Amino acid sequence: MKKLLSEFLKGIVKENPTFVLVLGLCPTLAVSVSLINGIGMGIAATFVLLGSNIIVSLIKNIVPDRIRIPCFIVVIATFVTITELVMKAYSPALNRALGIYVPLIVVNCIVLGRAEAYAQRQTVLNSLFDGLGMGVGFTLALILISGIRESLGAGKILGYTLFKRFEPVFVLGMPSGALLLIGLLLGFFNVLKNRRT
Amino acid sequence: MNLTQFLTIFISAVFIYNVILSRFLGLCSFIAISKETKPALAMSLAVMFVTVMSSIITWFIYRFLLIPFNLTYLRTISFILVIATFVQFVEMVIRKISPPMYRFFGIYLPLITVNCAVLGVAVLNIDMFFVNGKAVGGSFYYSAFQGICVGLGYTLAMLLMSGIRERLDLANVPKSVKDFPLAFIIASIMSLSFMGFNGFRF
Repeated sequence: MKKLLSEFLKGIVKENPTFVLVLGLCPTLAVSVSLINGIGMGIAATFVLLGSNIIVSLIKNIVPDRIRIPCFIVVIATFVTITELVMKAYSPALNRALGIYVPLIVVNCIVLGRAEAYAQRQTVLNSLFDGLGMGVGFTLALILISGIRESLGAGKILGYTLFKRFEPVFVLGMPSGALLLIGLLLGFFNVLKNRRT
Repeated sequence: MNLTQFLTIFISAVFIYNVILSRFLGLCSFIAISKETKPALAMSLAVMFVTVMSSIITWFIYRFLLIPFNLTYLRTISFILVIATFVQFVEMVIRKISPPMYRFFGIYLPLITVNCAVLGVAVLNIDMFFVNGKAVGGSFYYSAFQGICVGLGYTLAMLLMSGIRERLDLANVPKSVKDFPLAFIIASIMSLSFMGFNGFRF
């Protein structure tokens, strides 16, 4: 039980996919204009990670080593298609806001990275918790980034006006603001890490 | 099909909506491989080749396989599978024909499968040049041309970035922002300057 808990928790801080492993940045930066988009993308990616980790660890003994990457990609793409169809049916507005970044979860390095580096040599239960932890870590990182971008870039949070008489920092809503923010956050976490050691 | 449309595709894919600096596609490879100019160029050329070819192949698959059989919901699965197979195939061919070229491109080729730019262009082509399940006039040429332009945009950003980072090796930067954080901050400034192209209207 303790082992499973640590599998889950490592994705959140110690091996956070965004800030420590620096993986899967395309969706992180592209959809983080508003908090709701960030949460939606986080949940979608968590579902895909969870599903693909479970299936990959189930089929790890059947798949020949040489063609494992195409096999894993098909598994991942299946879950992405499920996500896409569900999102289209139940939340068309979110689907429109996320646009091409929903099908692009397939090529999110986190998902294939976990399948390749973890799920293909671990038990199903371990992989399940690993996928869940990574997904939650990714979602939290997205919430942090999109929260900062929406609150400072538009002066709102989840659509509610946050401050009166506040001149929004427009650049944070733009692509360049996203790149700047992630650079500064990575630097900030490095400062914390260096200080501790 | 008209020339203005081609010009619009060129300007918007290379400058206004640059794959990396504005759409964030292929960001991982952009940050990881832009430390020196030579590998950056090799990666860019490989990406350009694969984006063009996959734009063409996925167009045919969508137009003649997925639409007639009402299978458009299989878009993501079929596209990524075709791209993965194609990349593997190219790798095998290069290894067979030209070992020096294989050494030049070799390690970057498998990475392209998971490069968002390649799948991104294929999906963008479908979104832009198919209306209500029908191909717009000249959509094949537009798709192939958009593939080329996105590759060019990728190369441009890659070359600029690797040039800057080569110089930065000599600079004295704080330990905490070394490598990744600094690369992102530079990319941000580049993206800011590319925003100037937003004024172009046709």
